Formats: sequence, C-alpha cells, structure tokens
Amino acid sequence: MRITCPVCGERSVAEFAYEGDATLPRPALDASAEDWCVAVYERENPRGPHAEYWQHAQGCRSWLKVERDTLTHAILGVTLLGRFSGRTGE
Amino acid sequence: MAEYSVFSLIANALTGNRSWKPAWRAATPKPRYDVIIVGGGGHGLATAYYLAKEHGITDVAVLEKGYVGGGNVGRNTTIVRSNYLLPANSHFYEWSMKLWEGLSHDLNYNVMFSQRGVLNLAHSPAQMDAYARRGNAMRLAGIDAELMTREDVARFVPDLDVSPDARFPVHGGLLQPRGGTARHDAVAWGFARGADRRGVDIIENCEVIGFLRDGTGRITGVETTRGEIGAGKVGVAVAGSTSQVLSLAGIQHLPIESHVLQAFVSEPLKPLLDTVVTFGAGHLYISQSDKGGLVFGGDIDGYNSYAQRGNLPIVEDVASLLLTMFPSYGRLRLLRSWGGIMDMSMDGSPIITTGPLPGMYLNSGWCYGGFKATPASGWCFAWTIARDAPHDLNAAFTLDRFHSGAVIDERGAGPVPWHH
Repeated sequence: MRITCPVCGERSVAEFAYEGDATLPRPALDASAEDWCVAVYERENPRGPHAEYWQHAQGCRSWLKVERDTLTHAILGVTLLGRFSGRTGE
Repeated sequence: MAEYSVFSLIANALTGNRSWKPAWRAATPKPRYDVIIVGGGGHGLATAYYLAKEHGITDVAVLEKGYVGGGNVGRNTTIVRSNYLLPANSHFYEWSMKLWEGLSHDLNYNVMFSQRGVLNLAHSPAQMDAYARRGNAMRLAGIDAELMTREDVARFVPDLDVSPDARFPVHGGLLQPRGGTARHDAVAWGFARGADRRGVDIIENCEVIGFLRDGTGRITGVETTRGEIGAGKVGVAVAGSTSQVLSLAGIQHLPIESHVLQAFVSEPLKPLLDTVVTFGAGHLYISQSDKGGLVFGGDIDGYNSYAQRGNLPIVEDVASLLLTMFPSYGRLRLLRSWGGIMDMSMDGSPIITTGPLPGMYLNSGWCYGGFKATPASGWCFAWTIARDAPHDLNAAFTLDRFHSGAVIDERGAGPVPWHH
C-alpha cells in the first residue's frame, strides 16, 4: 500500500501512522457523556470506502484525511489537513 | 458415526483407508430450528457442540458462508495460553485451558493439544518486575506461572540469542508451562463432528443475507442464500464480519473495528523449537508445528481492513524480530504468509452477551486472541443462549461495558483498537 502525501508525493505506508476513523465529528467539550461514548467507542467499520486519518509521521508530519477502500486497500483520495492545507496546489 | 479408536485405525489401515466416512453430514437446511448459530468457525461450532452436550439443545443449525475451517480458525498461529492479569480475563481463559486439557477425549478427536509451554521474554529489569506481578496474579488465580532468569531461558530455548550484546538483551522471562499449541483445523473438525454426532446440522455454503423479525422487532430467523430459516434464537459468531452481519439487522455501530493480522510459516524442518516463545521488546510469537514448519506472527497491520492480506512493512518487521531472537533462522525460507480479519474491540477484550436485539446473541471482539478461547467461548456462549443470561465467566464481557465504563483493558492502551 502506498499513500500519496500532498506535500511529499507517493510514499510507502511504512512512513505513515494510522490515526483512526475520520467520519466521527468530535463532540463539543460540554456534550453529554452518551455523545462522548458514541464518538470514542462506536464505529461503523465499513467494508469498502472509509474516511480515515493518517499522519506522515516519518516524513513531513502532516495530518491527512485519506479515503481508502478497506476491502481492496485502494487509496481513493488524500486531503491535507491543518494550518498549511490551504496551500495545497500552490 | 463410529467412535474413533485404535481399533478403527487398524481396521481402516488394513482395508487401505477406503472405508472412512465423512466426519459430519452435509445437512440440508430445515424450515426452522430452536437455535441457529451464524458462523461455522471454531467458536460457532464449539457453541453448537456445548449447546447439545451441556444443555440438551440439539435442534441447532450452524450456518457457514464458506466451508468449515476456511476462516480464522484455520488462519491463526495455534497458540493456547491463559497468562492474563485482569480477573475477568484470567478466570475465563483458565476455564478455556481446562477445557483444552480434556478436549481430545471429550470430542473423541485428536486436536493435538501440546502443552509445550509459552515463554514471554523480558528485556529489562522493569519488564521482569511487570512479569513477576503478572505471574503472582496468575498464581493467585490458580494458574501456573514460573519466573525465569536469563540462564533458565538460555537452557529452555537453546537457539535463542541471550548474549549481552543483543540489540535487546534478554533479562529473563515468564513461563506458563501448561500453555502450548493445538492443531487448529482439528479443533474445527472435532467440534463439527462432535456437534453433528449430537444432532446439530452443519450447513456449509450458506451465507446469511438478512434477518427475519416479527412485529415486536424480535429476531425470528435468518434469510440465507439457501432460503429463509426460522429460529427461536439466533447466535452470531462471525469474528471479523461482525459489523457486516449485524448491519443486516439494522445495527450500524459497534465498539469493533476489523483489522488484518498476518501469519507466516517456514519450510518444514526437523524438530528444533519445542516451546512457544514471544519476544518482549517488540511483538513476535513463534512455535514449530508437528509438520515441522515454524509458525509465527507479530502485530496487526494497524489499519481497518477486510482484505485478508496485509502489506510488506509487517513482513519486514516480523522477519527482523525473528532474526533478532534466533539469528540462526536467517537461512530458512518462508513457505507461506496469509492474513485474517480480526474483530478488534475497543478495549481488547471479547463480547459474549445476550442481544443486542431480542432473540439475538452476540459472540465477538476476539481481537487476535480468539483461538485459545475457542472451547470456553463456545461453552459460555452456549450457556448464555440456553439460559438467556451470561455465566459468571462471561458476565463481564458485555456490549454495554463501553457505556457503563467497566471496560476490560488488559493492555491499558485505551480505545485504540489497533494498539491492543
């Protein structure tokens, strides 16, 4: 599996750290305990396209949102997150 | 079906082994059963076996999408141990160990259970302290445990690199002498045969594609690729496919992620490793099968996957750990590698419970420790299905523990399933 980092280009998955499901919005700090339980523990766990966070930990250290197929491991799309994300494509 | 014995072996040998009968019938689905078990893996077959044996419930069908032994029960590294720290886990896995110890006789099927010991290596004084604590906890729970010095380890596993200039020098280890390995296919086949002999229908090539429900929402059966089948109770034991199967019943979220775990086997060799060894400064476990192959594995790949195949970084990681432990294995050839899909729960512990819907029962969340649990998992799940309430041994393995806060996090990794 290879992931194309928007900053560094196509790299081996070994350079990236998996950071989990990106489909769940983070609850507000004063949200109910039940809302937090759902966000922390409940997962859709799809067999197919899945939005997830990865960090290019052994490269530029950017946080990425990756659309990936969990059945085929095909990378369907990569978006740069964080303060530099507005510069993608410059 | 005839008992297997030394006499049946001799009689069949003298007649050219042409008279053996299939170990279980190829059953055709009936319109209705008292209990349907979805998933013909080790846990589902064990559940059917103990439903019949312990609770007298024999109107049971086990529905398997593929063939018996084709899923995780045939894909694991066959290690059996009960060296847990937390009380809920240690009592459950020790009960499993006790069932393992009598399983071949109980099933009249040789599962080749070999109590060759499971040795966890320690690579620092702090890790020795942690193992001393774990060993004490195990002994307090009535489980065998022996703390070993570096010299003990060197005598116990002669090929191991215990030299002081190793990258992670071995300080000692924790041995569970009663741990070991079993022949994984035989476990599936033995439970299938044992259940079949008590009247259970084992129905292969029968995929569940929906659930039947009555007006109150109660589960009343399943829709399959071989037609609708009614049931008084439906137990689901489908490991990595739990989220997919329960979504057919309208349950879209569970405290489970599916991850891929790879395993490896070398070319067959003369006997050279007579125990199970696990590396303590990384993650690697290795034993030698009776066929001679070195069977080993390491961490899960670490991202959600249903692919049943992993990627090369884990192959490299596992190979480098293997050579760190056993430099002399460097010239061996890898025969095969494969992947299985793990139902990684959010606290690393299993779920054996009534629900989550009326008429449904759930057995899942085995992470990558499901094989050793096979007998106790089936035993407890059968109890839970038969009595509509958990046994004391699985009372803590609920689905709502994540909401009540009573998680069982053996590793202390938090709700990060790829770190368990």
